[in-house]
Amino acid sequence: MAEKKIVDGRGSFCPGPLMELIVALKSSQIGDELEVLSTDKGSANDIPEWVRKVGHEYISTTEDAGVWHITIRKSK
Amino acid sequence: MATGKICVVVVSGSLERLQMAAMVASVAAVSGQEVLVFLSMNALTHFIKGRAIKAPHEGEMGALMSGKKVPEFKTLFEQAVELGDAKVYPCSMAMDVLGVEQQDLESYLTEATGLTKFLDDARDGQVWTF
Repeated sequence: MAEKKIVDGRGSFCPGPLMELIVALKSSQIGDELEVLSTDKGSANDIPEWVRKVGHEYISTTEDAGVWHITIRKSK
Repeated sequence: MATGKICVVVVSGSLERLQMAAMVASVAAVSGQEVLVFLSMNALTHFIKGRAIKAPHEGEMGALMSGKKVPEFKTLFEQAVELGDAKVYPCSMAMDVLGVEQQDLESYLTEATGLTKFLDDARDGQVWTF
């Protein structure tokens, strides 16, 4: 059963949120959804690039009160 | 996945350069690239276990980073090794000059390497120097 996880990278600068996402992916199952919270705009741009590059599924990015929510699905 | 080899040569002991080198190495490694890092000169001194001296900053960016939650360069190099295909080589000449042995260095560093081997390994990769 696929889970939904929150990866809280708020306050950390690039590439901190990306590294936290990768650590979380290691302990996730294929099909799990991960939502990264980031206050770093660079990471909000860079994480979707990384996700496409390595072959996971990019779902969405939204911004709310200075916090970016980047949602992806582990696909391998 | 991205492919290709990246060789990162770190010579400077300044915070900004160590940070940028660590960012390049870690992001390349977690993006599927083979990464070789060669630490020499002042850079290597920061990888001696138990060293309390912090990397000095060169300018405004380094000073700003010190007060913010920027991932530490040593953490990023370690993550490059743990999460990706990176190897961090200490320069054997710098170790000799510093009088340090393998066990005195951070545990994620590989065995001491000389320039002959590193140049050979780097021949078919991009070289980034910091």
